[in-house]
Amino acid sequence: MMMKKTISFLIVLAMLLSVGTALADDSFNTNKDGYSTSYTYGYDYWGDVQESPDAYRVKTVLDSVSLGLDVRISKPQSLYVRDNDLYIVDTLNNRIIQVQYKNDEYTVTRIIDHVTGGNPETFNNPYDVFVDPEGSIYVADFNNNRIVMMDKDLNFLKEFTKPTDATFDQSIDFLPRKIVVDVAGRVYALVTNVNKGIVKYETDTSFTGFIGATPVSVSMVDYIWKKYFMTQAQRDASASFVPTEYENIFIDKDGFIYATITNFSEYDLKSDAAKPIRRLNGLGNDILVKNDRYPPIGDLWWMEGDSTYFGPSKMTDVTVFDNDIYVVLDRVRGRLFGYDEQGVMLWAFGTRGNIEGAFTSAVSIEHMGADLFVLDQLENSVTVFTPTEYGNIIYDAIQKYQEGEYDDSADIWRAVLKQNANYPMAFRGIGRTVFRQNDYESALEYFKMAHDRENYGRVFKLYRKQWIEKNIGWIFAGLAVILLVPLIIGRVKRMKWEVIMHEHSKVRKND
Amino acid sequence: MSTAKSARTTDKAEKSSGRSAWWARYKDSLRYALYVISHPFDGFWDLTHEHRGTLAAANTFLILFLITRVLKLLCTSFQFISSPIQHINVFEEMGSLLLPFLILCLANWAMTTLFDGKGRFIDIYIAMCYALVPYILIQLPMILISNMLTFEEGSLYTVMLSISVIWSAFLVFVGLMEIHDYSPGKTFIFIIVTIVGAAVIIFLILVFFSLLSDAVGFFVSLYREASYRLN
Repeated sequence: MMMKKTISFLIVLAMLLSVGTALADDSFNTNKDGYSTSYTYGYDYWGDVQESPDAYRVKTVLDSVSLGLDVRISKPQSLYVRDNDLYIVDTLNNRIIQVQYKNDEYTVTRIIDHVTGGNPETFNNPYDVFVDPEGSIYVADFNNNRIVMMDKDLNFLKEFTKPTDATFDQSIDFLPRKIVVDVAGRVYALVTNVNKGIVKYETDTSFTGFIGATPVSVSMVDYIWKKYFMTQAQRDASASFVPTEYENIFIDKDGFIYATITNFSEYDLKSDAAKPIRRLNGLGNDILVKNDRYPPIGDLWWMEGDSTYFGPSKMTDVTVFDNDIYVVLDRVRGRLFGYDEQGVMLWAFGTRGNIEGAFTSAVSIEHMGADLFVLDQLENSVTVFTPTEYGNIIYDAIQKYQEGEYDDSADIWRAVLKQNANYPMAFRGIGRTVFRQNDYESALEYFKMAHDRENYGRVFKLYRKQWIEKNIGWIFAGLAVILLVPLIIGRVKRMKWEVIMHEHSKVRKND
Repeated sequence: MSTAKSARTTDKAEKSSGRSAWWARYKDSLRYALYVISHPFDGFWDLTHEHRGTLAAANTFLILFLITRVLKLLCTSFQFISSPIQHINVFEEMGSLLLPFLILCLANWAMTTLFDGKGRFIDIYIAMCYALVPYILIQLPMILISNMLTFEEGSLYTVMLSISVIWSAFLVFVGLMEIHDYSPGKTFIFIIVTIVGAAVIIFLILVFFSLLSDAVGFFVSLYREASYRLN
């Protein structure tokens, strides 16, 4: 008997252990190397990869051959789009190629390789370009240590050079890497080896300081460990607590600067301490809206490690649409991630490789309307993406909702759901609309599908009130029954008892 | 003939009376749980020393506890608990609670029996199962109530949940104190010792299984080698 019990106990134990060891892989639809099994995908509420229809497809690939260039593009570093013109910064050839989009064709209209009246007149490894609405061109002339501004006929206007201010470290070369210009003509530049933030110039080329320095975050444990337990030699050898440099910047139509950072600890990403994408206001504070379960960090699942292929997404560039949808470019896995103004991921696509729609070393992204341009510095080509029907209806739905045409947007979201039933935003969008139409029951259903707790709670409060008002009669009836039934049963029992006692007394009398 | 028949009937009667007595005792021990959770010091003493608790009732509470856990994951309103239902394995969830529970009971018995704890393993098991009763009594209705609350009223839900856990933890403490006849300080020390002991037991189990798999692997490869040689 005892033996049998022991054996059965051991069997149960073994079963439980085997269950414990056979824990399922927590990532679905993902290959072992962290690459999705489908080209376009999204993340569901649980952070699992869900395959999705393609939101974008490749329209064409622009390279030296298709653009008809005699000198081949060499290690281009940046793209810029103004209206219908695409500017490709051909860094090693010291020139900027202006490509015009007209009648569904891309043609080279101008090659910008000099600045008339400049000193010197040619560029030396230009890294970035900016064109203002009047057509004036700003070039980050990296190895000439200047940011040069010229009019639309390439005549020299002014240049922004190394600040003589004491706050700027005079021992380093002034190497401008990325530039943006706001509507007032103020220039914001990212300068190599400067980690105090974005270098800011007034219109009169005077340096007015740094904005948006990344605050240094040191954990208490790190600090104590470093301060009290390390030797001087160890302290010198370890990395010091310094702010990180921005990777890239973009200025949106409202004058807010979007900046990306690629230098962070991968363990800080999901807690949103790393903030790889930032939207900086005039004071340099991050005001990016994050209303989703996960912060916008690109891939939510990755192989740990800091190699070329593994590790978290590193956002090398960002571009912002006029309706505040922003797209970031991940150089690790060559992926693009689209987010709406609330920080909800719309889609993700892309991969590494050298076929169409894949990148070897993506460095820059720009948009023209809803079309996306991605620059690959090793392939020396620009891939042009255009939204598919699926991608377009997502944009339409967001647009309609922003314009306040809620009923229309719900219809479009229904069309999205027909193509992709794993799209939480669509459920939320429809939920909001049916809620406005006072259809609480289906609103609850949709918000539940979207895992939107706040909105669900809001609807449920009204639904509950309505339900109670409708069923108040039944509720009171139920309460009455619960109260009365035991009372009646007690009364009946007592009566029975009295009758029995009465019978007994009669019997006794008869005796 | 007649004697045999009467013997059989008395046997039956005895059996049925035995069964009804067992049933009455079981029901009584179930009801006694209410006394234990409201008067833990008295309750736990009488539970084992006066044999007011039964193993059957203890098993019932443990099973109810596991069911409560699983129902909580599956049926609580998604506003309060976000459990990935598509990834949940009911037996895995139950096992991940049952196994530590049993190992902790075992570790507690193994440790206290060396330091003049009065409780036997069965006593510890019964007392620990009775200590789970507040958890069941509060959390089971809260599953239903959570579906009538909104997101904003979530604090009520979390408060009730913490009450149930704190109450149960208190009962575990008092229960161990009473069945082993320990002082509070000693009980506290032995709770820590128990956790360490449980870790040791888990370590031993893991070592045992890894050695076992190595041993099996050895014989498998031996057989393969031999079969290659023989062919």
